[in-house]
Amino acid sequence: MNEDNTILSIKNVVKHFDISGGFLDQVRFKNGRFGLEKITVKAVNDVSLFIKKGETLSVVGESGCGKSTLARVVLGLYPPNSGEVYYGGQRIDNLSHQQMLPFRKKMQMIFQDPYASLNPRKTVQQTLEEPLRFHHPEMSNNEINDKIDQVMGQVGVDQAWIKRYPHEFSGGQRQRISIARGLILDPEFIVADEPVSALDVSIQAQILNLMMKAGRERDLTYLFITHDLSVVRHISTRVAVMYLGTLCELAKSEDLFAFPRHPYTKALLSAIPVVGEKRAKQIKLKGEVPTPVKLPTGCVFHARCVYADERCVNEIPALLTQDNGTCVACHAVEENRVIS
Amino acid sequence: MKSSLQKFKESYFLYSFRHDRVAMASFIAIIIFIILAITAPWIAPMDPYDANNIDIMNSEIPPSWNEGGEKSFPLGTDNMGRDMLSTMLYGLRTSIMIGIGAVSLQAFIGIFMGLSAGYFGGKTDAILMRIADIQFSFPYLMLAILVGAIFQIIFGIGRYEQLAVPLLILIIGFAEWPMYARTIRASVMREKNKEYVEAAKVIGLSNPVIMVRHVLPNSLTSLMVISTIQIANAVMSEAALSFLGLGMPVTMPSLGSLIRSGFDYIFSGSWWITIFPGILLILFVLAINLLGDWLRDVLNPKLYKG
Amino acid sequence: MSHLLDIRDLEVNFALRTGNITAIDGVSFSLDRGERLGLVGESGAGKSVTGFSIINLISKPGYISKGNIRFEGKEISSYSDEQMRKIRGNRISMIFQDPMMTLNPVFTIGFQMIETLQAHRKISKADAQDIALEKLKKVHIPSPEQRLSQYPHELSGGMRQRIIIAISLLTDPAIIIADEPTTALDVTIQAEIMDLLQELCESDNMALILITHDLGVVSQVTEKIAVMYAGKIIEYGSTDQVVKYPVHPYTEGLIKSIPGTVIKPGCDLVQIPGMMPTLTNIPPGCAFNPRCYLKEAMCTIKTPELKDVGNGVLAACHMK
Repeated sequence: MNEDNTILSIKNVVKHFDISGGFLDQVRFKNGRFGLEKITVKAVNDVSLFIKKGETLSVVGESGCGKSTLARVVLGLYPPNSGEVYYGGQRIDNLSHQQMLPFRKKMQMIFQDPYASLNPRKTVQQTLEEPLRFHHPEMSNNEINDKIDQVMGQVGVDQAWIKRYPHEFSGGQRQRISIARGLILDPEFIVADEPVSALDVSIQAQILNLMMKAGRERDLTYLFITHDLSVVRHISTRVAVMYLGTLCELAKSEDLFAFPRHPYTKALLSAIPVVGEKRAKQIKLKGEVPTPVKLPTGCVFHARCVYADERCVNEIPALLTQDNGTCVACHAVEENRVIS
Repeated sequence: MKSSLQKFKESYFLYSFRHDRVAMASFIAIIIFIILAITAPWIAPMDPYDANNIDIMNSEIPPSWNEGGEKSFPLGTDNMGRDMLSTMLYGLRTSIMIGIGAVSLQAFIGIFMGLSAGYFGGKTDAILMRIADIQFSFPYLMLAILVGAIFQIIFGIGRYEQLAVPLLILIIGFAEWPMYARTIRASVMREKNKEYVEAAKVIGLSNPVIMVRHVLPNSLTSLMVISTIQIANAVMSEAALSFLGLGMPVTMPSLGSLIRSGFDYIFSGSWWITIFPGILLILFVLAINLLGDWLRDVLNPKLYKG
Repeated sequence: MSHLLDIRDLEVNFALRTGNITAIDGVSFSLDRGERLGLVGESGAGKSVTGFSIINLISKPGYISKGNIRFEGKEISSYSDEQMRKIRGNRISMIFQDPMMTLNPVFTIGFQMIETLQAHRKISKADAQDIALEKLKKVHIPSPEQRLSQYPHELSGGMRQRIIIAISLLTDPAIIIADEPTTALDVTIQAEIMDLLQELCESDNMALILITHDLGVVSQVTEKIAVMYAGKIIEYGSTDQVVKYPVHPYTEGLIKSIPGTVIKPGCDLVQIPGMMPTLTNIPPGCAFNPRCYLKEAMCTIKTPELKDVGNGVLAACHMK
């Protein structure tokens, strides 16, 4: 790991959510006596990764795999139960609100739902000037307006529409405004949580192009959360595949799509519908995704994996680096039992 | 670009208002009532608060169209010889003042409690909402009797007359704030999980700022609906308290205390002292409730059809 | 030979307070037994409205203002609600995006399946249960006997969608209309559901209308494809042909804008500028003209008709 150009790294992050509700909801009758029982959703379990400056790291996985939770832990929206988050070498997960402010300027987020991510009662102008006035109280009105004009131009929204409310815009335009809000503080690092999955195909291409262009021009680093593998392949430098709160594979984008190692990655890739091609035989997975409330023992994937054996049931696989730099957490890959 | 006035003219809100006769009629009625209440000191034939104008010899004169009626007292006089019309106008003024005052107090407490409970959740929510539940399960009449009695003893009847309005505002305001707290809390819980709130957190805004600037404005519609209903409720509560003798004193009558003062004479034939203020009260509350119903329908996004 | 379903010049209007708008403007297509048709377009293109109007399920301000819908040789566009109920959910079934829209959360799967069957046929409860079991097996649901006594919330999203498909199969329909059946599901489950739909159509000679925005899914499952834009079909033909050699500039742009089709990773995607017009202000002439790179003067004046452009493909473009 090259520590010098690492912009963000997370170490052994664990995030569990308590969903057992109030005191009375926790009371359970078991084995002839009453007791308290907490129900926790194990959203993220012991995930470590790092992001290098200027790259786009995508986190993929199916719904419920913990990718959105991971994004929010990185940004400090959820405090992790254990583990550490470092930004530019400095630990940020234990900072107070005040201490966190300088990092807030550098890290921004773009959201999935362009209808929910803009406050319906604020005009575009109000939405865009709020972060500026908060972080740069010294800026004059003229400077703020210039900045807004500049960013609006970059994301391709007509400056004349600045006094309008979000409901007057289409989904694609709202997503542009949402991106503008993300860019207005000139951040270095952007977490994008499914930024195009709510958009139509032709609009999706516009937004992806816009994000790539902004990335090049501003030398941005992206943490890109998505379930859409064709988008991942298009924009990522490296890809992390998550399953049930655990990292199963982390590889360079071209390596991952050419030679997937982890059995889950293989199954995932075989399911992508490709336009104009009849799909090659899909690798069918047994059963269904287990609930994150009660994680399987050993490798979380073992119940659905064709290569699973005794060891997979009992021992959690470590993320091991392969000869080409790909990291895989799988006993079968380690023991060379996977036929590719 | 359209101006906001033009946008309002084309809005569904106005369209639905203009196509709903009940809403229009009740709105006009409310406006008339409010104008009457505000201008009461100028349009009322006499000032019922001024003892110099009152002649006990004029008491219990029936409405002018009845036998024994007098032209100068169109709706008759009450048992103290005050002109009914003037007293009702002043009474309406007092009732509306207490209603609005009490609702403002309810809103102030309720919004603060509901917003905090809904936004922070967890323990804060549990504690604040249990307080609200306790307040709600406490009969407000009992509270009013208690507080009213204590006040009358401490300040004496004379001072009580001056303090009656703020006291009633305080009692009704405290009794009903949980309604606001619950409504706001429900709406805040819906809003706080939306991504724009997360976006505000990512910017680094503090919780109070997010609550007031982002979450609260998006809860305003439910606030509007509940406010209309609560004003009607507050006016009714005031009337009920006054009717029981715990509200406005007879010397400074509200609609409720007018009804009460006439109630003793209704079987001796002086029906007008009770009936006229009663009708006025019913009309006013009915108009508010009808407008509130329409407002609830029109602001409910589930029923919204563009 | 007559088609199983033949739609001619369908026009659907919505009567709004601001005036009438045309959501579907002269759509024609036909479907034979066992044929799988994909209805593709972006949101607001009118693909769902087209699907709903076949079984007259358009909600209130909308109504069919023109056109014919012939099903098994009978004109059904003018059917009363009573008559339509004999077809809807019986001869033509519908699958929605959200399984919970069709499943009632307070009843068991078995109850809902038996109820559906008994609504359309005179059949004893035991017989209905047998058929329900048979259909559950057909959609490859593990331990189907158990599922009958379960409630919808006890099942995963993929399993629910399988149940919905099983319910739609109960009456052995001639056509299944599937409106974005896998949009809410994960890729691995989506692929399984699509395989299942294809397998069922082939084994029972059932026709399928697949309404979706996902060209990838359509090209896996369907034989024919109809691309819709602003309430019109702008290209129609065999799926292989249209997806590989799109004729209409919109179809072309749509396919090229999908990452991984023609553009190398990291490079800019081909993008169609602008966005689809809302139904209230469709530009004169060809509705696509403001976004089209082939646009000429004629495109802003005359609306192009669907015409044969060779290889069995119909396209509505002046420039082809």
